[in-house]
Amino acid sequence: MSAATATAALRLALVGSPNCGKTALFNQLTGSRQKVANYAGVTVERKEGRFHAPSGREYALLDLPGAYSLDAASLDEAVTRDVCRGFYPGEPTPDVLVCVVDATNLRLHLRFALEVRELARQVGRPMVLAVNMMDAAQRRGIAVDLGVLEAELGVPVVPTVAVRHDGAAELVGALDRTVQHPQPPRAGLIDASPAGDALHAETRRLLALAVDMPRRTAKVDDTLDRLLLHPALGLLSLAVVMFLIFQAVYAWATPVMDLIDAGTVWLGEAVGGALPEGPLNSLLVDGIIAGLGGVIIFLPQIVILFAFILALEESGYLPRAAFLLDRLMAGAGLSGRSFIPLLSSFACAIPGIMATRSIQDPRDRLATIMVAPLMTCSARLPVYALLIGAFIPAQSVGIFNLQGLVLFALYAAGILSALVVAWIMKKWRRDKSEHALMLELPSYRLPHPRDLLIGLWERAWIFLRRVGGIILALTVLLWFLLSFPGAPEGATGPAIDYSFAGRIGHALTAVFAPIGFNWQICIALIPGMAAREVAVSSLATVYALQAADEAAATEALTPIITDTWSLATALSLLVWFIYAPQCISTLATIKRETGSWRQVAIATGYLFALAYLAAFVTYRVALALGAG
Amino acid sequence: MRALKLTELPRRAAALVEAVDDLMPNDAIARRLRELGFVNGERVEVMAAGPFSAEPLLVQVGYTRFALRRAEAARVRVVPEAA
Repeated sequence: MSAATATAALRLALVGSPNCGKTALFNQLTGSRQKVANYAGVTVERKEGRFHAPSGREYALLDLPGAYSLDAASLDEAVTRDVCRGFYPGEPTPDVLVCVVDATNLRLHLRFALEVRELARQVGRPMVLAVNMMDAAQRRGIAVDLGVLEAELGVPVVPTVAVRHDGAAELVGALDRTVQHPQPPRAGLIDASPAGDALHAETRRLLALAVDMPRRTAKVDDTLDRLLLHPALGLLSLAVVMFLIFQAVYAWATPVMDLIDAGTVWLGEAVGGALPEGPLNSLLVDGIIAGLGGVIIFLPQIVILFAFILALEESGYLPRAAFLLDRLMAGAGLSGRSFIPLLSSFACAIPGIMATRSIQDPRDRLATIMVAPLMTCSARLPVYALLIGAFIPAQSVGIFNLQGLVLFALYAAGILSALVVAWIMKKWRRDKSEHALMLELPSYRLPHPRDLLIGLWERAWIFLRRVGGIILALTVLLWFLLSFPGAPEGATGPAIDYSFAGRIGHALTAVFAPIGFNWQICIALIPGMAAREVAVSSLATVYALQAADEAAATEALTPIITDTWSLATALSLLVWFIYAPQCISTLATIKRETGSWRQVAIATGYLFALAYLAAFVTYRVALALGAG
Repeated sequence: MRALKLTELPRRAAALVEAVDDLMPNDAIARRLRELGFVNGERVEVMAAGPFSAEPLLVQVGYTRFALRRAEAARVRVVPEAA
């Protein structure tokens, strides 16, 4: 029995400024043994992992949010400060503070390391300084005298290369030595006040003593920035990147999604065939299996989108894209960082809303989350296709096709509404203080596959565990409403007509009659809550049509609705779907990402109000113009 | 040399930071700028500007590049270095 197994794991906290390679180092040390959650009470991500040193000692490593200063300017930084101090509820003071600095960016990072050293002294904990990216420093001809740094700082200083296989070995060795003889840093040469000047002066002194830097910037960064931030070429390359992402999320995910769809149907039939008919069979097939399928179906888009986002973030391009678009987005009360989440919301709002984590300002992030559902997602297309095909004549308007123009108008109306909503949110916000950009554009880097894979795994897992649970539960609830009570003996109408959902649908007709919806539409809207495209197959069910799939449903529905719906009703429903406030998966994701049911209620409320208002105006104007 | 606002500095002209001015009491943005290295005597250079309304600015300070909106950059007083 070694001493190590007898004692509990020692708690290490990784602290460092953004872009210091801290998370790569964390991944290198802990591999896949990570747990991702949120800090109690806030939506700041908490990442913890464990590893065994060759000495046999076990360490529990906490990857704290990146911070430029312990004089916190954001929620992330406040969490970092409070956890280091041992003030954060439920988080014990770390046994050792591991401060990570980028060897190529020491002017910025050493100042922060001095703050951390002062804090380590105050809380009486030892600190180790990891000088990361030593390989990149070497390539740029930057010489860092670690011995001098160690002597001047009075804490162990070790070189690390987070992306190299054994790049953290020296750090682990230093940790083992430190925990055997824990010694907090002694009072530094500078006084404790966080007033910047003393820290900056000390940083400069250390740089002059220990660092030899031939050039202040990397040549490759200069060259790439000249191209990628160029007013014309930069926007062009951004457009290419965006097109690629959009194409990938939209097109590459489809075959996998079809496969999942087919798998769900197959599993449902297999299980349904093996069990006797009855409520249990129906619960398993139409409730649980269909619900699980409805959760997993989002994974391909989420994984593809995040593969791109992580690669762009790691490579340093994402902040550059934000740089290019910031002015445009700021006009609407958003930030440059809102662009990618909003773009991906055209495929599906769920990965889009999850991607808002890269937006630092909480106000910008909330505004982006709130308007993401207004981007026309791919699930609305089947509904658009059905209604446009049935009601809009395929005639040409100049060089354009009228059907195409209507589709374009629907997309444009969504974008326009998003801009207006974001702008109104900006005007109505109580906190009108200046939104800060102050965005670091880090050195370009080649993303490490390990970091991408771990990041992807985390996103997928978070989605399945947190969002998936809510979606599944609501799907089962919906199944219940749609299946009970069953149709009475000798019933003539479709079974859905007799269910709770059918009754709710009939009751809703009173609410929706002013915007021209008949009871069939009202009922179809209810299962449409699970996924918007289900509205088409539900309509087919309500009209008691037998349709094997969506295409067949559309084909069978077209003559019926052309005969029985007025043009005004069709236009009203089209406009309703621009806002389509009833996607429960989106609402579940908003709950997960904002941590607040209040925001979910606000989102639902405003989307519903907009949908109703816009559909009402459309219906009444269409009636007045004789489209009744 | 007369002090300029960072927003008035020509592109790719070397300058030294003189100070960051608070626009209001407890100006969090000014404080953060100082923490990021905009302090007296630090070398600073405006490398580029965004494609729309020349916003934001790409500013090199120390060994790091930051995107600063013009309202942020206007808080930084600089003295151009004699060429």
